[in-house]
Amino acid sequence: MKFGTEIVLLSLFAFAAFVAAGFGVDEPFRQHMLVLLIALLGFAAVLLRNTSFAPAAAVDPSAYMDGPIRYGAIATMFWGIVGMTVGVVIALQLAYPDLNIQPWFNFGRLRPLHTSGVIFAFGGNALLCTSMYVVQRTCRARLFGGNLGWFVFWGYQLFIVMAATGYLLGITESREYAEPEWYVDIWLTIVWVAYLILFLGTILKRKEPHIYVANWFYLSFIVTIAMLHVINNLSMPASFLGSKSYSAFSGVQDALTQWWYGHNAVGFFLTAGFLGMMYYFVPKQANRPVYSYRLSIIHFWALIFLYIWAGPHHLHYTALPDWAQTLGMAFSIMLWMPSWGGMINGLMTLSGAWDKLRTDPIIRMMVMAIAFYGMSTFEGPMMSIKTVNSLSHYTDWTIGHVHSGALGWVGMISFGAIYYMVPKLWNRERLYSLRLVTWHFWLATLGIVVYAAVMWVSGIMQGLMWREYDEQGFLVYSFAETVAAMHPYYVMRAIGGAMYLSGALIMAWNITMTILGYQREEDPMPGSVPAFQPKRSGARNWA
Amino acid sequence: MGLMDKHAIIEKNASLLLVGSLLVVTVGGIVEIAPLFYLDNTIEKVEGMRPYSPLELVGRNIYVREGCYLCHSQMIRPFRDEVERYGHYSLAAESMYDHPFQWGSKRTGPDLARVGDRYSNVWHVEHLTDPRSVVPESIMPSYAFLKDASIDVKDFSTHLVANRRVGVPYNDDMIAHANVDLMAQADPSADTSGLEARYPKAKIGDFDGNPQQVTEMDALVAYLQMLGTLVDFKNYDEATGYR
Amino acid sequence: MDYNLMREFADSWGLVAMALFFVGAIAFALRPGSRKMADEAAQIPLEDGRS
Repeated sequence: MKFGTEIVLLSLFAFAAFVAAGFGVDEPFRQHMLVLLIALLGFAAVLLRNTSFAPAAAVDPSAYMDGPIRYGAIATMFWGIVGMTVGVVIALQLAYPDLNIQPWFNFGRLRPLHTSGVIFAFGGNALLCTSMYVVQRTCRARLFGGNLGWFVFWGYQLFIVMAATGYLLGITESREYAEPEWYVDIWLTIVWVAYLILFLGTILKRKEPHIYVANWFYLSFIVTIAMLHVINNLSMPASFLGSKSYSAFSGVQDALTQWWYGHNAVGFFLTAGFLGMMYYFVPKQANRPVYSYRLSIIHFWALIFLYIWAGPHHLHYTALPDWAQTLGMAFSIMLWMPSWGGMINGLMTLSGAWDKLRTDPIIRMMVMAIAFYGMSTFEGPMMSIKTVNSLSHYTDWTIGHVHSGALGWVGMISFGAIYYMVPKLWNRERLYSLRLVTWHFWLATLGIVVYAAVMWVSGIMQGLMWREYDEQGFLVYSFAETVAAMHPYYVMRAIGGAMYLSGALIMAWNITMTILGYQREEDPMPGSVPAFQPKRSGARNWA
Repeated sequence: MGLMDKHAIIEKNASLLLVGSLLVVTVGGIVEIAPLFYLDNTIEKVEGMRPYSPLELVGRNIYVREGCYLCHSQMIRPFRDEVERYGHYSLAAESMYDHPFQWGSKRTGPDLARVGDRYSNVWHVEHLTDPRSVVPESIMPSYAFLKDASIDVKDFSTHLVANRRVGVPYNDDMIAHANVDLMAQADPSADTSGLEARYPKAKIGDFDGNPQQVTEMDALVAYLQMLGTLVDFKNYDEATGYR
Repeated sequence: MDYNLMREFADSWGLVAMALFFVGAIAFALRPGSRKMADEAAQIPLEDGRS
């Protein structure tokens, strides 16, 4: 029977959730288990409707497995819009606090929903589907493990649903970007190990002698996140039928573990993984090999070597010992070099094809992503310098920095990859509309610029106001006055975010129409008429 | 070229690549982080630190649940303006019983590391109920619902046990009295001599102005009122604290 | 194991060893003879006939 085991297992888990919903020791846990029960019953119902007793059709082992990738591309768009919408909502809450609706929709519960929504739901699905796409095509092998790809995809969606509903119910460990409680963490560990097996298994059965460098980045992202996730989430539940657990570490050690995790979540989830994307999709879209493969190897080792040390720069001037802070700062500054090496490598892949910037809005999007990668990896080391950090820490500057990286680099490179993949995955000749991509590009770019500029101003202003003294040696501003001074910037920030969101909505429309098989009648992009290209000549450095 | 040819092996062998990159990321982490787990031996000695009382711990859990740490830090840096604004800079020992830590990373609102005793209970309840009624510039959400929420725990001793398992020195006496202490701290008519012996300097009283019920508001205010009040800095020797 | 000992190691030999590894990795990638292999590998994404 098709899906026989799956249906039995799902029913067993659903029963366990039902029991837990009845006997849980705290109310949020019982409600959370009810959510789980509904989700599992939903899965089971879908599988039951699709089951059949006919012998399964043979699978062509040479064909790529694209089902989970198609679902993943759709999930990326869906969660992206959810996460960004919540982002605009909480931005507005900071400007207009009456928009808080207690208890479920207060800022404190929505903010993790936004961060996890965009990082893990949007970014995570983008990584999941592109990694499955890239590994098959660069290894010339079908995904390993039969339906394992489907398990990873759906298991990950379940994790997202449980994490998101948990935040609204107030279930959190308060570890930034690792908020889900212990039982959701255990589930993610299972899914993640399956993901590692899926990815590594596919590499092992490859028909290509080399392992393409994009796969290195993806692999290190998967492995390191597994390690970070397990160690950072070590905790002791108060009850196995309750939602509350207490971290295994305390105080200084807990802070260091958390920011070792937090910083490397940026380094390996939001950087290494998306660099894997860059090293495949930019050469593909530009139709030329990466500028220097050897530079990409150095980029890889230098990046994973340096990133892991840099975590303490989140704890400058705190109770963390000084030497650890200084070490963190030194490695953060060194990190600048491989980051810019990688940026140059990505940008120079276009050398000899710069005209594509004019004619191909998808390339333009990818190039903008790489430019923002360069910008935020310059800003980051600068902010890790202790004197700069003494001003920037605790202010909106940090928020601005994160968003220029997240919206500019992570968002744009994912959009570019999805625009590239969707027509191929659904066998469409081209996207529904290239002109809508241009609209998306400009809305997103302007949105980021507004967002980041506003946060620079408000962050620096806030930091300066906090430390301003008058001639008599008294602090000039009360804290409340500095809060009031932020209002206009918070309004403008929400506008920047809304622009970025509207770009994503245009993309969702464009992608939907492409999947449905429509092609918009429109003039071709200016200058897209093929012209003679001079033969590429001359030796290039590094290559 | 013997050694150099081996490069090809790494580039073409997935397991080696996996192990190699894992090694690179773990060694860096271990060398850097491991020493700090031995910091306990040298952590500065400060008098007055004790585990949270049950009511304070419930309050702390509410603080975590509502995401207060997203806008309020609990870590005063050693700068003149911060020390003047918030009090003595924070010591590592002051968060030694914090599972998890609540240092925070953003100050949309002020630091709370030493907010205890700065305002009255009435002010806190009013502020949490309607922030803009006491601080017109505030952009904090309202937490009025805490006043109507009874404390939702069947047996709080399990929480103390969990904390003990991760290293907080709750003794058998504290665990046995967990549920009694939890209620007594917010009940002015209860006998609190045992509670005060177990948790020195614990603030006792009807925090939320509603003597009929021990609410989440009681717990949260009890937690806020004890923040930063345990260590007496008159007895703290700066020189021994440097690491 | 004592905190000061470990922290001294982290500050000195640990750091040197990591830095050496790092230099080694760069030398590795740039060693003579790697160019051909790098060029081959760089073509992988473009050679996929199927899409």
